[in-house]
Amino acid sequence: MQTTTLTAMRIGFIALTDCAPLIVAKEKGFFERHGLDVTLQREPSWANLRDKVALGALDAAHMLAPMPLAATLGAGGWKQQQITSFALNLNGNAVTISTRLWNRLADAEPALVQDRHEAGNALRRLIAADRKAGRPQLTFATVFNYSSHQIQLRYWLASAGIDPDRDVQLVIVPPPQMTDRLALGEIDGFCVGDPWNSLAVLRGVGRILITGYEIWNNRIEKVIGTNRDWVERNPLTHKQMLMALLEAAAWLDRPENRLEGVEIMAKPDYIGPEAVEAIRLGMLGMLRYGLDVSPEQIPDFFVFGRYSANFPWRSQADWYLTEMRRWKLIDPATDIAAVADCVYRTDLYREAAAALGKPFPLIDRKPEGLHAGPWTLAQASAPIPMGADLFFDGSYVSSARPVAHADVSTAAAPTDRTIAWEDVAGRDAVGSKSSG
Amino acid sequence: MLMSVATPTIRLLLIDENPDRAVVLAAALQGEGYTLVAQLTPGEVSAKRVQEIAPDVIIVDMESPSRDTIDSMRQINADQPRPIVMFVDESDDGMIRDAMQAGVSAYVIDGMNPKRVKPVIDVAVARFREFQALRDELKKTKATLSERKLIERAKGLLMRERQLSEDEAHAALRKLAMDRQQRLVEVAEALLAFADVLKKK
Repeated sequence: MQTTTLTAMRIGFIALTDCAPLIVAKEKGFFERHGLDVTLQREPSWANLRDKVALGALDAAHMLAPMPLAATLGAGGWKQQQITSFALNLNGNAVTISTRLWNRLADAEPALVQDRHEAGNALRRLIAADRKAGRPQLTFATVFNYSSHQIQLRYWLASAGIDPDRDVQLVIVPPPQMTDRLALGEIDGFCVGDPWNSLAVLRGVGRILITGYEIWNNRIEKVIGTNRDWVERNPLTHKQMLMALLEAAAWLDRPENRLEGVEIMAKPDYIGPEAVEAIRLGMLGMLRYGLDVSPEQIPDFFVFGRYSANFPWRSQADWYLTEMRRWKLIDPATDIAAVADCVYRTDLYREAAAALGKPFPLIDRKPEGLHAGPWTLAQASAPIPMGADLFFDGSYVSSARPVAHADVSTAAAPTDRTIAWEDVAGRDAVGSKSSG
Repeated sequence: MLMSVATPTIRLLLIDENPDRAVVLAAALQGEGYTLVAQLTPGEVSAKRVQEIAPDVIIVDMESPSRDTIDSMRQINADQPRPIVMFVDESDDGMIRDAMQAGVSAYVIDGMNPKRVKPVIDVAVARFREFQALRDELKKTKATLSERKLIERAKGLLMRERQLSEDEAHAALRKLAMDRQQRLVEVAEALLAFADVLKKK
């Protein structure tokens, strides 16, 4: 190996299992192999991380998938053109409720213990009964307004006929305080990333109702976000970072490496040794829904490299933006496809993958909500094995340009919840199935 | 500061997990034109609590995890008065950078004149910085003290084992440090560690 000097880079992260590719790239020497001397900086809040990237105190960061979209639109902070060319992982979230609320649900509807898929409907009925009895509203927490958790939770509630703005209180709580506040009864449930769900279950204060994987199979969860102008000024450094991360993500998805990954993530500089058991459960795809039930296998609970997981699919950015518009988190006049195109930079991903000789998708949008199991993406530099992409409520997102809902804000009954998408033929040469 | 006679006072909320710094900051901010209405630790922060306090400006430690909670209070569709990061209105990069380096963020209720807020932030930034400098100095002093102790112990070891005078021992350590291009304290540390291992045999 030649002894050129390494380029220094500062990358921010939040202590969550899904920043693993970043940590592994550093600890296993992938950054160094690609010419980078990376300093990883743990940040206490998403707001801090966002501001530090925007102001150039960090070159790049572990971000929630909607964050660079929100920053580019100036939603929730000051306007800053940001991009992502790399998804760090698929899945990893869950909706957890307090043991107290779970007991109330199970008392009211004992069938729930056998079939948790009815949980959303059971919750709707409980909320209706509470309202009639004049009891206070339930409070659910997420970690950030412009987060995948916020959007997933709203989607799940609305799909069960619960209006997230009117029927419950939604609050923001920092992840390390989640389980405490759940135990104290300050909040009744939350949607967060691991290890916090597993931790709540292991502490006996919570019960997982549904995983993010079940809500929508193989959805992009975290990304690497950067300012657009930083990438324009440092194209080589950016590409080197992507190459190192591609290798780290692939390393993590080799089953024999996952346990070593757990050890690395549990170091004090990253998540910390106190969470090691919760990290292990999630990383190995073993999910304990409650302390009284044995772990279930969800092999795709965390996907880091397979299924072209790192490709920044614009069809997924479309979904995030559509949901943000639906819940009035962004301007209703937003041109969704145009924003997705300029923020989710598929072109830069392809350059990095090609430099490593890895296969990459040739299309920017894929069909979503179509496949119940493994399939092969043919529109790629070489065929890529892909994973399921179903929504739990059966709604379908085509590869085409999204169109507005008739009434986006109404949380309708589950049967009315299928999103209408205009199928523009030939846009990406996929999406042969019509969304109706 | 005679000009602020007619204007109403700015209601401040301070969120800081460091109690010592909070005291210093509170004293500095509690001046003409400002009233410190509440002081919370991050564990006490919730959207509800902040709404009850109804501050005009929130000064928060950047390292506080409660930033996301406060940030969430400016949802587009919220009916209640929404706090806005002052930096949005101000868009003064230099000032934001200053604030960030000092470790302070500020949130300002919508509609507030940024010019009136600037002095508050300036004071907060200055106090944060002074406090940090003080703490760094303390840390450095402590580190220097423990370094000196290590060097003394290494010298003592050399004097005992090699029958050297203090000056000779010091010179030997210095030569070792220069040869290996290390700091004196690093060489001393290595020497003590080796001695420890050898003794155990």
